[in-house]
Amino acid sequence: MRDEEAARGGAREAGAGSDPDAQLLDGLRRGDEDAFRALVEEHGPFLMRLVMMHVPSRAIAEEVVQDTWLAVLTGLDRFEGRSSLRTWIASIALNKARTRGTREGRILPFALLRRRYEEGGGPAIDPDRFQGRRGERPGWWSNPPLAWEEPERQLEAAETRDVLLRAIRDLPPRQREVIALRDISGWDAEEVRNALDLTETNQRVLLHRARSKVRAALEEYMSPQVEGASP
Amino acid sequence: MNRRQNGMLTCQEMVELVTDYLEGRLDDASRDRFEAHVAECDACTTYIEQMRQTIVALGRIPAETVSPEAEQELLAAFRDWRSDSV
Repeated sequence: MRDEEAARGGAREAGAGSDPDAQLLDGLRRGDEDAFRALVEEHGPFLMRLVMMHVPSRAIAEEVVQDTWLAVLTGLDRFEGRSSLRTWIASIALNKARTRGTREGRILPFALLRRRYEEGGGPAIDPDRFQGRRGERPGWWSNPPLAWEEPERQLEAAETRDVLLRAIRDLPPRQREVIALRDISGWDAEEVRNALDLTETNQRVLLHRARSKVRAALEEYMSPQVEGASP
Repeated sequence: MNRRQNGMLTCQEMVELVTDYLEGRLDDASRDRFEAHVAECDACTTYIEQMRQTIVALGRIPAETVSPEAEQELLAAFRDWRSDSV
């Protein structure tokens, strides 16, 4: 009975991804080890990336991901397939990562400060980089961005990757979750809304704030000569 | 000099609309205004290009692999779970 519900729910909600889900679920519930290994291999890397955005170290992230899998096993019989398997697993991981991140945060003053950030506010770009009302063209750039040199090579570099990851860790939690799922994991807007329980507008506003700040962090690194490049 | 130029978007407005634009959420009229601005403004063209480059760079952050030890631990947990529930 429960399985039927799950299969039906999965097909209804998860769209194209539902069939492999239903098969996999079936295998898991039968106790098929290969199905479980396939599940871990498919979603494990993604979970690590997601969790690493929330906790201060790789070792802690590994623990959180292990915990997530154990919770997945415990919850498997109750999983009703109202969202896709991936969305469900991601929500478990995010809950655990948030709790763990908060706990670790108590011994990290920076994380504590960060959590006090306002979630929404702030312009995408420092207003000082635009001409004021008395300028020749008010609201147009006074201090424009400069095209990045050799972006292909630079953006691939390990240091640039660190800049990106640091920028994401510095974001308020909701923005961090949205950009990690959308741009790092490549989820679509709908999936992210479901996993994080956001309205369409909210999802987009959070994504906008997050991308604007990450671009700004990259600009600070790629064009240090631009004044006000850091937000 | 202070007047807005025939309803043309400013750069400051453009940077706040860029995500709506990239997400395809602007209505036709707004999209036209957006594109009209960008066509005239090299700095905003650069800005959007950087936004796209940012997104591409984020998508290329490599995946983490699950360590063999962690995988063994999980498989053991799975066997336990199976013997409990079957």
